[in-house]
Amino acid sequence: MAVTVADTIRELTRSHIAETNGMTLGQCLTAVGWVQNTVPAQAEGNHELPMTDVAGAGIAVGAALMGRRPVFVLRFQSLLWLNVSPIVNYAAKSMEIWGVPCPVLVRAIGVEGGGTGPIHSNCNHSMVMSMPGLPVCAPMTPGEYRRIWDHWMSHDDPVLVSEHRRSYLSDRELPDMVKDGAVATIYALSAARFTAEEAVARLEAEGIRVNLVHVLWLKPFDRSPSVLAPLLASGRGLVVDCAYECASAARSIAYELMEATGKPVRALGLEERSPGASRHLENGTPSPERIAAAIRALIAV
Amino acid sequence: MTEPRSPDFNLIDDLHHQAGRDFSLELFRRLCLSRAFDTRVRQAQIDKDVQTLIYLSVGQESIAAGVSMHHRGAWVLPQHRCHSTYLSFDGRPERLVDELLGLPSGCCAGMGGSPPAADFERRIIGHDGLIGDHVPIAVGVAMAKPEDKVVCFFGDGAAEEDYVLAALGTAASWKSRVLFVCEDNDLSVLTPTRDRRSWNLAEVARAFGLDAVDIADDPWLVAHHAATLTLPALINVRTCRVLWHNGTGQDGPPEWDRFAITKARMAELGLAAEAEAIETECTTQVEDLWQSRLQTRSGN
Repeated sequence: MAVTVADTIRELTRSHIAETNGMTLGQCLTAVGWVQNTVPAQAEGNHELPMTDVAGAGIAVGAALMGRRPVFVLRFQSLLWLNVSPIVNYAAKSMEIWGVPCPVLVRAIGVEGGGTGPIHSNCNHSMVMSMPGLPVCAPMTPGEYRRIWDHWMSHDDPVLVSEHRRSYLSDRELPDMVKDGAVATIYALSAARFTAEEAVARLEAEGIRVNLVHVLWLKPFDRSPSVLAPLLASGRGLVVDCAYECASAARSIAYELMEATGKPVRALGLEERSPGASRHLENGTPSPERIAAAIRALIAV
Repeated sequence: MTEPRSPDFNLIDDLHHQAGRDFSLELFRRLCLSRAFDTRVRQAQIDKDVQTLIYLSVGQESIAAGVSMHHRGAWVLPQHRCHSTYLSFDGRPERLVDELLGLPSGCCAGMGGSPPAADFERRIIGHDGLIGDHVPIAVGVAMAKPEDKVVCFFGDGAAEEDYVLAALGTAASWKSRVLFVCEDNDLSVLTPTRDRRSWNLAEVARAFGLDAVDIADDPWLVAHHAATLTLPALINVRTCRVLWHNGTGQDGPPEWDRFAITKARMAELGLAAEAEAIETECTTQVEDLWQSRLQTRSGN
């Protein structure tokens, strides 16, 4: 039977609790669905927090200082605005100030559409990227989740995992698509990786060959030759994300790519407006149409 | 009943007479060490040997001294005004001096200065400088280490932070083994409590289900409640900050002088000469330490 991203998160967490004295903390963990089936349905090791945002994150930090490697679950990334203070001000600085590791794994879950509206329909991973000491990743495949988990378990840093509900039922890996004769390279983040795949197929049908590079670590961004080579070969790039553009992961990575290659790179994210709850007012991950249009505009320059 | 802002608020009569001689001498020694240390830090900043922000415990030393008499070995989370807690709970003085001097051998390798002093090997966990945000962390420590005790110090201003109140409620719900100690100097920077809130912290704590008392900063009284309350518990301790919120300045005499009162009580116990000797010894010990570390910094 295929193993999905949700299955992977759940089983990694189950073994963490059972075998390495780990724990999970969060609000409404054991409610209907067990956080989209990503939390193991077991009493031991799952700690229901009161509805105490900010304090809840502090409690997770305290557990991390004691070496329990807690998994702190935020069912919506919008809750990062409330919970981020102990993460960036304490956990992320603990090693530098005191030499004491504080390895909490923050699972921040992105959602969009479905009536989630102006509060929950968004990804906010960019907000934490300007603070040192907190690596940020966005795994969208089972294999990637295992990789970032192994990284967290073998390092002392806290890690912000920008998850997305769109990935939970996916059981496939997402290899980069690099082609001879490509005229542009898309660097896709988070849920935009799925829409970018569709955009590449549509452009291919129009005779426009485009590379697709999947970005797992938003910070630190991997500037290795294999990541830069498609951009150098194609001559122009587009970074696509499911977050707003201003002061964003997409623009930050676009800057890094331009700095490393000298090639023009643009960023594409959500429209600059609050999403509405009604379907016609939603503001989700850039669609294949928007991405394709951005590529056409890029190569027309 | 005495007024809350008085040196005898909820005092238990003759408590110091009930304490053993050795207990009182050690209690006074811890108080004296903190007083001598922060008096010297103040001078070091006046002399410009210390140029980072400093938050001095002068006037408030009896609280940490009293609590520490029964809780050394617990995980301790000091507030930003932390020197007396650090020293009373056996944090290494030379590492704190080095920190204030910005040396890599400091307890935060020179990164933190005065407010985040920590000694993790001795279970003193640093404060990040955001008021009260270590209080939820204390609850997390207790949850992760249920076999250990945790002591968390914070001020009367921090008590108003929403996440501090949430942490108190969570500790009550989880029956966490945490002793919360509010060092209530009645001032948030310079704004008195009456201008900030109408409620009483000990009453709020009791409403959450914590064992709680509201007392003056008599060190024997603080030690008594630290030993006898059932965790999770809260002690709100009325005290006087002698100096400014940060720095070396002083606006006037404190409402009461706990150090002088304590010395008078030591005399009542027939320990005046011993107390005098301890005070001299602590002052000398601290001065020798500062001279040594200043020489190290200057490379001599």
